[in-house]
Amino acid sequence: MNTTQSKSVQETKHFVSLESLSLEEIMGMIEESLRYKQGDLPPLFNGKTVANLFFENSTRTKNSFQMAERHLSIQEIPFDVTTSSVTKGETLYDTCKTLEAIGVNALVIRHPEAGYYHELVEKLNIPVLNGGDGSGEHPSQSLLDLVTIFEEFKTFQGLNVAICGDLVHSRVARSNASVLKRLGANVVGCSPESWWDDSMGLERKELDDVLATCDVIMLLRVQHERHIMGDIFSKEEYHERYGLTVERVAKMKDGAIIMHPAPVNRDVEIAGCLIEHDKSRIFPQMTNGVYARMAILNRALGGQS
Amino acid sequence: MILQHATWYDGETKRTGNILIQDGFIQSLDYKGDQGGHEVIDAANYLVAPGLVDVHVHLREPGGEAKETIQSGTKAAAAGGFTTVCAMPNTRPVPDDRKTMDDLLSRIDQDARVRVLPYAAITKRQLGQEQVDMASLSDAFAFTDDGVGVQSAAMMRAAMREAKRLNKAVVAHCEDNTLKAGSVHEGKFSAAHGIQGIPSLAESIHIARDVLIAEETGCHYHVCHVSSRQSVRVIRDAKRAGIHVTAEVTPHHLVLSEDDIPGLDANFKMNPPLRSEDDRQALIEGLFDGTIDLIATDHAPHTAEEKAQGMERAPFGITGFETAFPLLYTRFVKTRMMKENELIEWMTKRPCDVFDLPYGVIEENAAADLVLIDTETERLVDPVTFYSKGKNTPFAGETLVGWPVMTIVGGKIVYKGRFDETNIMA
Repeated sequence: MNTTQSKSVQETKHFVSLESLSLEEIMGMIEESLRYKQGDLPPLFNGKTVANLFFENSTRTKNSFQMAERHLSIQEIPFDVTTSSVTKGETLYDTCKTLEAIGVNALVIRHPEAGYYHELVEKLNIPVLNGGDGSGEHPSQSLLDLVTIFEEFKTFQGLNVAICGDLVHSRVARSNASVLKRLGANVVGCSPESWWDDSMGLERKELDDVLATCDVIMLLRVQHERHIMGDIFSKEEYHERYGLTVERVAKMKDGAIIMHPAPVNRDVEIAGCLIEHDKSRIFPQMTNGVYARMAILNRALGGQS
Repeated sequence: MILQHATWYDGETKRTGNILIQDGFIQSLDYKGDQGGHEVIDAANYLVAPGLVDVHVHLREPGGEAKETIQSGTKAAAAGGFTTVCAMPNTRPVPDDRKTMDDLLSRIDQDARVRVLPYAAITKRQLGQEQVDMASLSDAFAFTDDGVGVQSAAMMRAAMREAKRLNKAVVAHCEDNTLKAGSVHEGKFSAAHGIQGIPSLAESIHIARDVLIAEETGCHYHVCHVSSRQSVRVIRDAKRAGIHVTAEVTPHHLVLSEDDIPGLDANFKMNPPLRSEDDRQALIEGLFDGTIDLIATDHAPHTAEEKAQGMERAPFGITGFETAFPLLYTRFVKTRMMKENELIEWMTKRPCDVFDLPYGVIEENAAADLVLIDTETERLVDPVTFYSKGKNTPFAGETLVGWPVMTIVGGKIVYKGRFDETNIMA
């Protein structure tokens, strides 16, 4: 009898937040992603269809999901917000219900409203895969970040992780901080006072104080250009005080890595010349994103790993 | 005795050497001298760990010999890799005075295969009415009324004051009897089967009360078998407040939730019960962040007849010695959720640190309490092969790895299982 794996067989496998996944499920998806990376053949879903609904701009997430769909032989039903009935005022729910009715098997959705999916997961019978909800969460990004960290260190227990930058506006920061703590990592935050968010329950540290002990420096995109340009910081000042400079990288310990969800503001969060530094995993994160999304799609479409 | 080509953890890193054992102690970790006159054991195929330490076990003797005896229980402990076990006092009679404790100590002296450190009760016959003479029982491992909660706050306060004076821990089974009813967790399973459930609150409310008493008295307060998310939170907050509180979790609460109970099968009945999946996740997180200090089995054997009475009538408890380590190793280390050395520490060094025991480490001059573990070979859990009289396990039929193959207590081999000296790794 294999007890923990037999549960909830027939549940619709939404993927809206890592919070609702057990640690075993998360670890299973990480291992599955890395197996694909090592060349394991993924299951093929010939005849299954997915629609990618992006109500906000995206380069990485949308293309990454599309690439993952191709690897799994899933047919994409093209959906363009600007030419859809959304412009006639159709609600998100009605749009999704319509796609379900015409036979789409899963929906990838990015939407500016935090928690947009609550109504959908209650009423839809096809899985919703969250590609980002406003300032809420970005669970597929979190999963690919976990894959990248695990690929490097083979464990989360006891790893020292610093999440740096605009914590308050970042949908990656919150989900990453929470899941990394659940998995046993020590997580601290480094950010200007005005972008600090106490509700994340992190200890606030100066980047320079943790540089030497960190295994992972996770940089966040400065979301609002105007904050920098305005009276809070100049770009140069931000880079000097909170960014990853060449001098700071020299103080990082051997084996430590740099991550950033991208797109990067060169010479703001990180010096432009460091983006492809030996310690940087910024592009491997994107590569891993495809494998992580293959695991997410496989779980959603009821495949076996 | 020499453990040749032994590999063990020195903190985070693995170390290899020849361990020389003499007079019950580890004499050298890097013995290169003459082997003449020594028994030489080739440990190259195995991981060597400090003998496992279990601070929560039921050996049932005296009074419950049909379920388990000190001899059968400690044989089972040895087979599970345990070298030190702490026996709970819910026996008949209860060790609640000098005479009953002396009788228990002499039984242990006679029959135990591993180190057994008995608890003494907090109250006479564990009835919660009259405090034992704790000063006369200060050679006990600690004080507890495990099996039942101490209902009166005044009694708990008096016990913690006295325990503090004696520099002893109070160890608590947390359960408020006014909220206690039923045989499983009050949740999905109880609702689906229309049977009464025990709410999480029955546990967490006692912990919340007791940490305040611990704060006032300064006593070391240890929480048995934590099972719910709220309990973890209360303990986490208490630790942050600087209160001397420690906690344990069982392997079954880490691995199973109410969703895994296949039906009205009493092998899934224990107290506290298997709670929700969300509670289970909170226990793992609590272990990872240090809120929960250690793992203890709550080994609780019962006879097949008792367990055959059905979910509602059967007694609470499952056996744990002979599945604990391979179960956790398979579910958590093989899946790389836990580091190998961390799992070992939660079952060795941490309980010894919490209770100030001189075991749980591999060092020169430490007691030669060791276990050799086969981390590769798969084996089925077959209760028929248990040394324990209790066959009541929910894990029968599971395929696991991480089986102990040899257990050494004070330099003496007390268990030798499927130990293969010929199959040396290339």
